[in-house]
Amino acid sequence: MIRFTLLRFRVQAAVAAAGLLIIAIILAVTGPHLAHVYDTTLRACQQQGDCTLALGTLPPSPDGTLRALLYALVVAVPGLIGMFWGAPLAARELEAGTFRLAWTQGITRTRWLAAKLGVIGALSMLTAELLSLMVTWWASPIETASMDRLAPGVFHAGGIVPAGYAAFAFALGLTAGLLTRRTLPAIAITLVIFTAAQLAVPAFLRPQLIAPVHLSSPLAIASVTQMGTANATPAGGGTLFVQAQPDIPGAWILSSDIVTPAGRPADTLPAGQACSESHSRQACEAYIASFHLRHSVTYQPGSRYWALQWYETGIYLGLALVLAGLCFLRIGPAARRPGGPARASGGAATASGPWRWLGPRHLSRRRGRASGPWPGSRRGTRSRPLSRS
Amino acid sequence: MIEFQLDTVSGVATYLQLVQQVHDALRLGLLEPGDKLPTAQQVVAKLAINPNTVLKAYRDLEREGLVRGRPGQGTFVIRSLPGTDPVTQRRFLAAMTDLLRSARSAGLGPDDIEAIYRTAVRGSFAEGVA
Amino acid sequence: MTAVIEARGLGKRYGRRWALADCTLAVPAGRVVGLVGPNGAGKTTLLQLAAGLLAPTSGAITVLGHHPGGSPAQLSRVGFVAQDSPLYAGLSVAGHLRMGAWLNPGWDTEYAARRIRQLGLDLRQRAGSLSGGQRAQLALILAAAKRPELLLLDEPVASLDPLARREFLQGLMETVAEHGASVVLSSHLIADVERVCDFLIVLTASHVRAAGETEALLASHHRLSGPYRDPGTLPASWEVIEESHTGKQSVLLVRTDDPVLDPAWTDRPVSLEDLILAYLRQPGSGTGAGRPGLEVAS
Repeated sequence: MIRFTLLRFRVQAAVAAAGLLIIAIILAVTGPHLAHVYDTTLRACQQQGDCTLALGTLPPSPDGTLRALLYALVVAVPGLIGMFWGAPLAARELEAGTFRLAWTQGITRTRWLAAKLGVIGALSMLTAELLSLMVTWWASPIETASMDRLAPGVFHAGGIVPAGYAAFAFALGLTAGLLTRRTLPAIAITLVIFTAAQLAVPAFLRPQLIAPVHLSSPLAIASVTQMGTANATPAGGGTLFVQAQPDIPGAWILSSDIVTPAGRPADTLPAGQACSESHSRQACEAYIASFHLRHSVTYQPGSRYWALQWYETGIYLGLALVLAGLCFLRIGPAARRPGGPARASGGAATASGPWRWLGPRHLSRRRGRASGPWPGSRRGTRSRPLSRS
Repeated sequence: MIEFQLDTVSGVATYLQLVQQVHDALRLGLLEPGDKLPTAQQVVAKLAINPNTVLKAYRDLEREGLVRGRPGQGTFVIRSLPGTDPVTQRRFLAAMTDLLRSARSAGLGPDDIEAIYRTAVRGSFAEGVA
Repeated sequence: MTAVIEARGLGKRYGRRWALADCTLAVPAGRVVGLVGPNGAGKTTLLQLAAGLLAPTSGAITVLGHHPGGSPAQLSRVGFVAQDSPLYAGLSVAGHLRMGAWLNPGWDTEYAARRIRQLGLDLRQRAGSLSGGQRAQLALILAAAKRPELLLLDEPVASLDPLARREFLQGLMETVAEHGASVVLSSHLIADVERVCDFLIVLTASHVRAAGETEALLASHHRLSGPYRDPGTLPASWEVIEESHTGKQSVLLVRTDDPVLDPAWTDRPVSLEDLILAYLRQPGSGTGAGRPGLEVAS
């Protein structure tokens, strides 16, 4: 079955290999030059102190579109794998009726599915991870310079999470195909759910994978980026407006608030004369300092990169395994229940015995009474079946 | 080797048709003792009939003592049908030809002759057509 | 005699509709079984239950003494060709043969190669570009080359032209002669059934109407015509399949194992086609026993 899976997969594998090769060539050609440019620029600007400006003018800049596109590609590929490798795998067989050929060969359905899941699942993870490694290698000078590994747009493209995404997306596609039995709806469902996951996880889950660090320190004037008046009125009123940038290199800042010692936000304070437009910066700074404001930062430190990687990969892999288990339950014979109804001869397929491939969607849960010249047959109770579409 | 035909419209059972064709071939000298009958596989590959039908026909022929199956080798004719002496056939062929000549000169056409022939045969073989 | 397929009260329901109901039969080994009935009668359902592709809703079925599709060994003993001969359109003929060899332990490579040669199939050609007849032949080879004890074929020739049909049956019968497999062949073409089948199952409206050796069925059915007879006065052992009464004459198709001794009846043999058609014409309700309603002579 493994050989046969590979035989049927040869076209998709060739396409993937070609794609990876093209990208590899492009990155290999441009990578060393990129490293060189960053190296020289950094050495030059470090002598002068702050490098942010210098780096920002480089092509490709740390915030530039090329880098963002490449990272987006790394996370898009697992989605595409789920849509075009995972979803059609089962859905095509069911749609075209070839499952009636596949499931009457000399192997069980469980083995059929296990081979497909194993072989193509592994290839999916490998493809995604290879791409991630190539892009990460190419972008490593940029990442070292800007130290933003944990940023949402960067984190998902490096480390081992792409393999986890690929495993999840593939299992998702396969499950969707198995449940809907149609290729196009399966592709659509995979796309929607995968995208939703990729939006929800960085926003809600990843920040909480490990309890973030809270830091409350006196507000350093050096870190204040903006100050002034908000909601200014002609009479000189208005609220204080202060913004500051935390200086924690490599961290993923989750929240950054300026608060009074009592804990109230800074923008509840009156602006006062000192920070209105006509007055000088030093006056405003002194005014702000008088409040003894504190800078409250919630963040994930950069040292937690690998821990977060493992946790997130683990979650995606866990989801993939659950989905795979769902597929096996859907497809394969359940173990025979010992207390089943009487049988005509050992080994009969009885009504409440193993649940096989079901017919049209609306198979009702309640079955009719066993009729016919076979006294004593009992409807065995089954464990609660999975919902049948 | 004999080549079997199948008549689907006559209503005669297939295996009987095969037996009949072997009988006819034996009578006409197309099959002689020692000849091999086609295997069931060969027959069904041509005629698309059930192999059991062929085997049943061969079993009937074996019961009649006309053929014998040798395991691994095939089914062979072991004797010809009684009364298939070619000299006797030629003698009656000559007699029949004379009779037909006189029937035609008496004014009987082919349909008349056939009707007379069928009536005579039926009357002669009380058990039905051999 | 061992039974290749044994069913007791077998039924399959989809939602509210019973695709197959109350099916009880025993198919002996070594036969070519014709499964006849109109479309939607339940033939596909019965075959797929026997192949292990469906699970029964009620009753039980054993194939070759075991649970259908229950183990790789069982799957290797049963060959199945679904309707329209599903094949992988993008896979070549050679690829399909490789699949068969890899997935079936008892694969007879020599047989498969010989059949492909006989049919003149191009090994490199994709299955999607084969003609209907070629697809049916290839599907049959895939099912037969693993040397199964039982071949289940779901309307394999339904969409083929007459020549392709004949060639398919020739190939099938040759395989049966060579391997000695039992065959269950569903069809709504009575001529084909007459030609190759020595056991018959008639299925209409999800119920089995008749099942038995073709010869026995033909011997036990009689077309009787005679002077008008009140249906209530017929012998109780007679199962009337079809009847028509005019004022003066009654014509019946009767099933009975007893000899018809009443001289008032003219007893004519029934052809297989007439027999099958009579069952097909029966009104669809009920469990089969008992007399159907009066039918006006058509």
